[in-house]
Amino acid sequence: MDIFTQQLVNGLVLGSIYALVALGYTMVYGILELINFAHGEVTMIGAMVALTAIGMLVGVAPDLPGVLVVLGGILVAIPICMLLAFGIEKIAYRPLRKAPRLAPLITAIGVSIILQNLAMLIWGRQYVSFPEILPTTKYELLGAHISLLQIVIVGLALSIMAGLWLLVERTRLGRAMRATAQSKEVAELMGVNVDRVISATFIIGAAIAAIAGVMVSAYYGLAHYYMGFMLGLKAFSAAVLGGIGNIAGAMLGGLLLGVIEALGAGYIGDITGGFLGSHYQDVFAFFVLIAVLVFRPSGLLGERVANRA
Amino acid sequence: MHSNKFAYKLAISVVFMALLAGVGGCGKKDAANKDVIRIGSVSPLTGPQTHIGKDNENGARLAVEEINAGGLVLGGKKVTLELFGEDDQAEPKTATIVAQKLVDAGVVAVIGHLNSGTTIPASKIYHDAGIPQISPSATAVAYTAQGYQTAYRVMANDAQQGKALGQYAVARMGARKIAIVDDRTAYGQGLADEFEKAAKAAGGEIVAREFTNDRATDFSAILTSIKGKTPELIFFAGMDPQGGPMAKQMKSLGLTAKLLGGDGLQNVNFVKLAGSDAEGVVASSPGLPIDSMPGGPEFRKRFEAKYGVIQVYAPYAYDAVYALVDAMKRADSAQPAKVLAELPKTDLKGVSGPIRFDAKGDTTGGAITLYEVKGGAWQVLETVK
Amino acid sequence: MLERLRQRPRLVFALLAVLLAVLPFMMGFGLGNSWVRVLDFVLLYVLLAIGLNIVVGYAGLLDLGYIAFYALGAYLYAWLASPHFGLHLPFWAVLPIGAMLAGLFGVLLGAPTLRLRGDYLAIVTLGFGEIIRIFMNNLNAPFNLTNGPQGINLIDPVRLAGFSFGKPLHLFGMTFPPTYFYYYLFLGVTLLAIFVALRLQDSRIGRAWAAIREDEIAAAAMGINTRNMKLLAFAMGATFGGLAGGLFAAFQGFISPESFNLWESILVLCMIVLGGMGNIPGVILGAVLLTVIPEALRYLGDLQRATLGHVVVDPADLRMLLFGIALVAMMLFRPAGLLPSRQRKREFAAEDGVAEQEQASLYDARA
Repeated sequence: MDIFTQQLVNGLVLGSIYALVALGYTMVYGILELINFAHGEVTMIGAMVALTAIGMLVGVAPDLPGVLVVLGGILVAIPICMLLAFGIEKIAYRPLRKAPRLAPLITAIGVSIILQNLAMLIWGRQYVSFPEILPTTKYELLGAHISLLQIVIVGLALSIMAGLWLLVERTRLGRAMRATAQSKEVAELMGVNVDRVISATFIIGAAIAAIAGVMVSAYYGLAHYYMGFMLGLKAFSAAVLGGIGNIAGAMLGGLLLGVIEALGAGYIGDITGGFLGSHYQDVFAFFVLIAVLVFRPSGLLGERVANRA
Repeated sequence: MHSNKFAYKLAISVVFMALLAGVGGCGKKDAANKDVIRIGSVSPLTGPQTHIGKDNENGARLAVEEINAGGLVLGGKKVTLELFGEDDQAEPKTATIVAQKLVDAGVVAVIGHLNSGTTIPASKIYHDAGIPQISPSATAVAYTAQGYQTAYRVMANDAQQGKALGQYAVARMGARKIAIVDDRTAYGQGLADEFEKAAKAAGGEIVAREFTNDRATDFSAILTSIKGKTPELIFFAGMDPQGGPMAKQMKSLGLTAKLLGGDGLQNVNFVKLAGSDAEGVVASSPGLPIDSMPGGPEFRKRFEAKYGVIQVYAPYAYDAVYALVDAMKRADSAQPAKVLAELPKTDLKGVSGPIRFDAKGDTTGGAITLYEVKGGAWQVLETVK
Repeated sequence: MLERLRQRPRLVFALLAVLLAVLPFMMGFGLGNSWVRVLDFVLLYVLLAIGLNIVVGYAGLLDLGYIAFYALGAYLYAWLASPHFGLHLPFWAVLPIGAMLAGLFGVLLGAPTLRLRGDYLAIVTLGFGEIIRIFMNNLNAPFNLTNGPQGINLIDPVRLAGFSFGKPLHLFGMTFPPTYFYYYLFLGVTLLAIFVALRLQDSRIGRAWAAIREDEIAAAAMGINTRNMKLLAFAMGATFGGLAGGLFAAFQGFISPESFNLWESILVLCMIVLGGMGNIPGVILGAVLLTVIPEALRYLGDLQRATLGHVVVDPADLRMLLFGIALVAMMLFRPAGLLPSRQRKREFAAEDGVAEQEQASLYDARA
């Protein structure tokens, strides 16, 4: 039993990380129907920038509590990621807004290659380790070990999702976003500055990505210029699982994917009598994803669009 | 109409490529300069493994610079070595292109590649061209089992290292119940399989065999599953970027089993990544401790002054160059055929240990040294056969 | 002069044939034998791109797991012609079997995903590609099917009428590596594939695919069996992939799962989008460019040495960076691809509103 609870905790934490990154994918997709492949790389840049800032802070003020140092790192990373995302949208996506749908997908891949290699030039080829400055307080719950950081990650993911939901549903900007998502032309006629709304979407997504990046590197203790690729891929899968374009769906998809992976890795061997092991963890995850999509072609919470006439 | 236009366009692009070829041909330098001897060095310089890839190249480069500074005379003439570094992206396809490129460039030997997956397909090209290849770090048994007399390596292969580690885990660390994790790379799987065989033969019981991949950072699920089987020792066959977080996550999950690793963990990066949780981790490295070898501490000092801390395999790349030049000196020539005739007779004290080759091109030095992290640094435990 | 050439198609064809025939020698003597190998890979990627173009360009089904079929073809070749199972069937027997197996898997992938569109289809195909790769990487136990991450080595080279492609040929005092023979073999297969793809495009099937791509409902209303047509697109595309895979295995002599990762799928997709989706010359150009550019960028070091006297920036540091920049720049300047199809071009020239509506329908995910 305690093993099962522990696996559930493992999955929920991993899933929260996926969800944080998935939010950015889903927001951009909801408005532009664009798979922003570079989003994973923005997360990576967030982690790298924050680590640099944290390194400096530790050097300047060694007595500062670790939590404040990390917070400082996040505060430096957020504006830089925002600026980056603003620039990416303006240079690589905006000129292609009327181009065939796959064209921006290719520039997105191009941007993500550029960011990876820039990061390699700036921060080098090594894995960068995260200084051990955060408290490692541990709790026990039903036989499972939970660290303070894990609780923070899950809490952060949930509250950011809630905040984002409020933003989209309750504010003027949110209404403009929804309008733009439905039809750019009509929104424009209604006096919405579509360009600005799209920029805002990218910027908000990037801010969340920066936070996610710092959380990932703090949790696993490292950052690397290549870390964005796998993370982005998993997060994108999570967004699709939940129904891409839907904020709650990204959260649900993320958590579900995390739990599926954890339980898959933990139990697949026992279920199949040792024939398949934890090396089929991703197979298991993709299989569930495919099964869900076959029965619900728009994801779990995706809007059901009848065949368009 | 349609196909005419098509042919027309195709013709233009082919002409364009042909022109490109012509231009390239004119610009090509004559590599026939006899006083410069080109040695190839191949490793991934882009992609996720670049930190180790660059490390290999730096190791080889340092050796080349030292040898040049000392002056190399072959056939009564002073010659200069030139290291021709290339990027294979850790990709088998690119590896073969690069291998051919090096052969074209007239290299007399190749130090590389880094991974077994690139070393094996490239070895055929070097074999066809008849030039010696010494890999500093490819450990798959298959590499030297192809029957190519051009394929050498200076590091113990998976079978040698896995066997030593499996015996050590049971006999010296006293582990009865053992869990194995590998990263599903050619290196990890090969090492883990050999470890399993040896540990079983020595009387150990494998209670869990779990798997991850070389991009993973989250191991909580497999570690939790392992925890349920209460092993005394976890053997991880993989590299430091996974091993570091794994050590951390073991602690945070309350796992008390000891972590044992191969040469992929025995480096400074692992200690940095695992932080305080690195304490007590044991890992092996083929050969003898660098600092106990003649010239070892000096090598470390020179390398670190120039390129920063040693990642993993730089000493082996360094030794590979020296083994090669040693054979050149004995042959008194850089001609590949003559060098190949001398390579089997190599008997050298390298910074990573004694270098001798068996008939297949594997090292027979065979010694494997075990290290433990104590006080935030790797300390020598002991050297086993 | 170019205008006059345009009016003499036979001359152009003849010129083209001669050029293609001597190209490896020009490359080999001009740039070195490694470029003949690059040329071989160019042809393999052209073959792959033409196959993927059937799925994505013709039928409008976004496929991110295409490389799985390449892997299947390659592994089948390795199983039937290597010491792994001790089988050594001739390549002309193995290649079609591999292509058929891949085609079968194409149908297997297509069947459950018929209802999915656009990006949902993309993620499912991506998952399929990863699933195949993971199985290849792990099926060394409980029975050793793929030899796992160690890969399968010593795969038989192509043998034609007693002549082995595996060994270099010494002729007139010169040595020709096997890459030369493979060039002609690949060229033949690729030309055949181009021919098939061109014929398909203008056939009844090709028009049905185009109809599905533009509007599936309308296509169904016109009496097109959309299910069968989509499955056929998957099967055809996969067959080309399997064929390329078999050739790859014979050419390399060694295969391991590393060669079939997601990045390869993305790369082939980039080729067809960049070149001009749906348009065969465009697709070929895309494949040529994206294979040649990264290799050409290796000369950055030489270039720096020639212009600045020494290497300022490590070429390896810049190579992929410039590749990314090239990808973005090419797309920004030619959003419909470098050589868009006639239809695409018309859409771009059309009135703004019309164009937008048509673009929205093309590869639409929201449906």
